[in-house]
Amino acid sequence: MTERVNETGTLRVKTGLAEMLKGGVIMDVVNAEQAKIAEDAGAVAVMSLERVPADIRAAGGVARMADPTKVEEIVKAVTIPVMAKCRIGHFVEAQVLQSLGVDYIDESEVLTPADEEYHVNKWDFTVPFVCGCRNLGEALRRIAEGAAMVRTKGEPGTGNVVEAVRHMRSVSTEIAWVAGLREEQVFDAAKQLEAPYELVKWVHDNGKLPVVNFSAGGIATPADAALMMQLGCDGVFVGSGIFKSGDPAKRARAIVEATTHYEDADIIARVSRDLGEAMVGINISEIPDGERMQERGW
Amino acid sequence: MQIGVLALQGAFREHIVTLEALDVRAVAVRLPEQLEGCEGLVIPGGESTAIAKLMDAYGFYEPIARRHAEGMGIWGTCAGAILVAKNVIDAVPDQRSLGLMDITVRRNAYGRQVDSFEAPLQFDSFFEPFQGVFIRAPWIEEVGQGVDVLASHGEHVVAARQGDLMATVFHPELTGDPRIHRYFVESVVGG
Repeated sequence: MTERVNETGTLRVKTGLAEMLKGGVIMDVVNAEQAKIAEDAGAVAVMSLERVPADIRAAGGVARMADPTKVEEIVKAVTIPVMAKCRIGHFVEAQVLQSLGVDYIDESEVLTPADEEYHVNKWDFTVPFVCGCRNLGEALRRIAEGAAMVRTKGEPGTGNVVEAVRHMRSVSTEIAWVAGLREEQVFDAAKQLEAPYELVKWVHDNGKLPVVNFSAGGIATPADAALMMQLGCDGVFVGSGIFKSGDPAKRARAIVEATTHYEDADIIARVSRDLGEAMVGINISEIPDGERMQERGW
Repeated sequence: MQIGVLALQGAFREHIVTLEALDVRAVAVRLPEQLEGCEGLVIPGGESTAIAKLMDAYGFYEPIARRHAEGMGIWGTCAGAILVAKNVIDAVPDQRSLGLMDITVRRNAYGRQVDSFEAPLQFDSFFEPFQGVFIRAPWIEEVGQGVDVLASHGEHVVAARQGDLMATVFHPELTGDPRIHRYFVESVVGG
């Protein structure tokens, strides 16, 4: 019989849950019914929201943390992990979400930022955090603040994968650049990336990010999900792409299968058939300056 | 020796890396025909509901049971322990499992992510304790006759073996400590 010495909230336990989500699809849901559809389709986790990003974009105004009743409704509906979003820098929303028992907090640019200088000090929490990034420096700044998982941002609520691709390529290209540097160049790389030297050095030595990296923002089809996986992400978030489409249950299942079999074009072809209407997309150039969610976060 | 690692979802890469460090040929198994030639199979941690549904969609249940009957050893970690168990408490309705090992597993037994933890575990076969990483972990509530308890934490069994079947509810693949992988390769599969 072992003496019980349980250590909760360790970095390994926080990053460990992200490790378990790898190769999977995390789906945005706004109620218990959608959460059940997601779980039934094979989602590895759900993101509980009051509105999906496409509706947040359409509604305008200030977007905040979801009503606790809504979050609890979703927590009760499924047995898979439940994530929820807090505003950038809004550490009290994060405290509330931790007290509600959510399994991961997304400090998200999809909501209206509460602080234009500082992100949440994520080391203060037992619950792990995932944060968005557009490049390696942004990813490492979030990890320095305690993020146990990152996701490339993309442009949420557009159904347009182009920004997710841009951010994924930018992270991979910068990792390859850092990995190829000589030791003495790493100090300057840290300065250029505006990230802590220790983390840049880790990337230099290991040739990868120190935490799991999912892709998000604009993924709408099985082929989109497989594209992001082939570009090197560890899994995908699908926001508006599922429940803004014609047949959510079928599309959700198809995206799950394409994420697992991302290198098998025969399977991707089969699951992509007859999915009904995809969400109507938005061209990024049509979004007015200052309304791009990806530019939130510092 | 060739060991397959079920690679439908979850932390399969870490198992492959740990096995390769032991000079074992480790292969990612995404389709049932890739089970042929595997002397052992690791079912990794991940979300048991997602893995179970993909196993169903791609017809894994019968081939895994058949290969086991032909002598393939199986080790389930966390979600994998749920999938090899005969009885699962708190599974989602109609969640399938392989039902091979005579254990009863309680899903999400330790609670939500804020309750996930690390703790040292004492194994009879290891001199030093093994650091257990428990992530939204199940526990083994009951073991049948013929099942050996390998490690317990408090009142609950967290690692067990029944012949060529092994279940651990924690994650040795996240620790960099290869002792349990070596035990699986040398004793459970090779024994």
